Amino acid sequence: MSSIADPIAGSPVPDSNTEARADAEVKAKAAAPAITLPAAGERELRLDLFRGLALWLIFIDHLPTNLLTWLTIRNYGFSDATEIFIFISGYTAAFVYGRAMLEGGFVIATARILRRVWQIYVAHVFLFTIFLAEISYVATSFENPLYTEEMGIMDFLKQPDVTIVQALLLRFRPVNMDVLPLYIVLMLFLPLILWLMKWKPDVTLGLSVLLYALTWQFDLYLSAYPNGFWAFNPFAWQLLFVFGAWCALGGARRMSRILSSNITMWICIAYLVASFFVTLTWYVPQLGHIMPKLIEQWMYPINKTDLDVLRFAHFLALAALTVRFLPRDWPGLKSRWLRPLILCGQHSLEIFCLGVFLAFAGHFVLAEVSGGAALHALISVCGILIMCGMAWIISWYKHSADKGASKKGAAGNADLAGGGA
Amino acid sequence: MKSAWTMLGLTLLAACLAAAPARAGDPPEQPVPAPPCDVPAYLLSSESALPKVTDAVKASQPLNVLVVGSRSSTIPGNEASAYPATMQAALKEAFPAAKIDLSVELQGKSTAEETAGTLVKLVEAKKPTLVIWQTGTVDAMRAVDPDDFRTAINDGVVALRGAGADVVLVNLQYSPRTETMISAPPYLDNIKVVAQQHDVPLFDRFAIMKQWSDAGYFDLFSTSHGVDLAKKVHACLGRALAKFVIDAAHLGPVQQN
Repeated sequence: MSSIADPIAGSPVPDSNTEARADAEVKAKAAAPAITLPAAGERELRLDLFRGLALWLIFIDHLPTNLLTWLTIRNYGFSDATEIFIFISGYTAAFVYGRAMLEGGFVIATARILRRVWQIYVAHVFLFTIFLAEISYVATSFENPLYTEEMGIMDFLKQPDVTIVQALLLRFRPVNMDVLPLYIVLMLFLPLILWLMKWKPDVTLGLSVLLYALTWQFDLYLSAYPNGFWAFNPFAWQLLFVFGAWCALGGARRMSRILSSNITMWICIAYLVASFFVTLTWYVPQLGHIMPKLIEQWMYPINKTDLDVLRFAHFLALAALTVRFLPRDWPGLKSRWLRPLILCGQHSLEIFCLGVFLAFAGHFVLAEVSGGAALHALISVCGILIMCGMAWIISWYKHSADKGASKKGAAGNADLAGGGA
Repeated sequence: MKSAWTMLGLTLLAACLAAAPARAGDPPEQPVPAPPCDVPAYLLSSESALPKVTDAVKASQPLNVLVVGSRSSTIPGNEASAYPATMQAALKEAFPAAKIDLSVELQGKSTAEETAGTLVKLVEAKKPTLVIWQTGTVDAMRAVDPDDFRTAINDGVVALRGAGADVVLVNLQYSPRTETMISAPPYLDNIKVVAQQHDVPLFDRFAIMKQWSDAGYFDLFSTSHGVDLAKKVHACLGRALAKFVIDAAHLGPVQQN
């Protein structure tokens, strides 16, 4: 997603020189329809930055614990990178396709969204193929008597036909491959969400909260194959996605007074500090006895599947402080040091898939080579470098290699760009 | 294959060490210390108590231990080397005067919910002082809803206590090779929650084995088909579990850690 106008107009991606012009153009367009789409047209580098960061953190979290794991936010509070990723995805999707809906109508926007869903689906199937290769290897080469029980997990390989069909139906999903199916389902409902948002954004958000509450009340879930449930319950996680969309379509602006108040700031800080101390007791078990039993019993378990309220609140607090202390025009956003992060965030689908693949590969290397802490850290760093390199290559393709073709074939490309969503 | 990877790894490692002298401070491959499987003290102590075990040992009555678990509580074909047996041996060593009986009830493919249903009958039949309930692996492999899992353990613990036995919970093995296939964390968390709610000592097998793997005591990634590694790990697990029980029952100083 390089600019909001881009996917709609099908124009080549503007570089920073033309950005101001695109900006003005967008403002003009936004002014015309008097619905809730935001007037602010400047490309939100903060979104790219934090989505890039989320992608890095997800990659590190998917690797076995190592030195770099201590840098990821899940060690310092309740929420983790998944929350950031889903929220920003909701935000950018609403930004891009909301505009498409205003300008092209419901059918056009839906068609474009469905094409995007198809891309994500293909990416998921591709990752599944790699996963299948990895575990087939483990299943045939690994027969340690210590783990006879755990190796039973490979039994599904005895029925590859069923397994593959179930994977295509998104019902069979290996560990660490849960985010894309969630994303697919959320995107499938995006036309409906946007259509409702166009009508009444607050009611839409209210419905989303209601669905979240009903999920907790009646224990709604999607089942998986061969048994079990979806590790990210779409009925609950839609709340973050819809909230992101709501913020993109004017909610963030309307909240700006709340966000800039000092009371909000102190509540957020207090909550973050409290959750930090709770997290600390997980990693320093010797501190465990400080926690009052009553609070423990009320709080645990903090449910990731259903997006626990504590996690959601933790994300909100983080987001509120970020918005407050990192202004949209912070010069650092243009600095070359943050460039790799921003590039990764701008090509999120490709980089996300690459991250999942690299995590598999990393597991594999670590298993084959019993290396020490240094090798673990090295693998994490290499993975991140590869992700940055790939993001750079993709943007090079867009800016240079595809430039000639962009006059005619822009639609396909533009959507990939818009797909930053 | 393996050696090619090892070479690659060593090369990478060497390159890394050469390129980043700052890393040179990292501890090199640790030599295996005299006791082959140290466990940090906090993993072997519990705030929860085992009053019936305490009473039985103090009154010099026989200590009747029942281990209920899935296949990871045994080594196929080498039951006598599995951790229940090594724990029994370690307890005998600690209390030479006491009579320590052990029975092991393996329910290979049962989830916590299925096992919980059988517990009362088991306790009535065997009249144990202490039930060591190893659980979670089957549930994690079948991706049972963690809430249902928690309810099942909760019910099981209540039933065992109601039937008059002390309880120790044992969680999953640390199994690095299947980490990308079995999602252990929700089940580890939920066992912990139940243990906290009911004041049940939880033997954190996962953390202990991970500790051993990180410290380089055991190569848990090994593809070796031999039974040696399994025997060694179980010997250590049994000893650690015995210490844990002795500590939770407040039976004298835990000797050399």
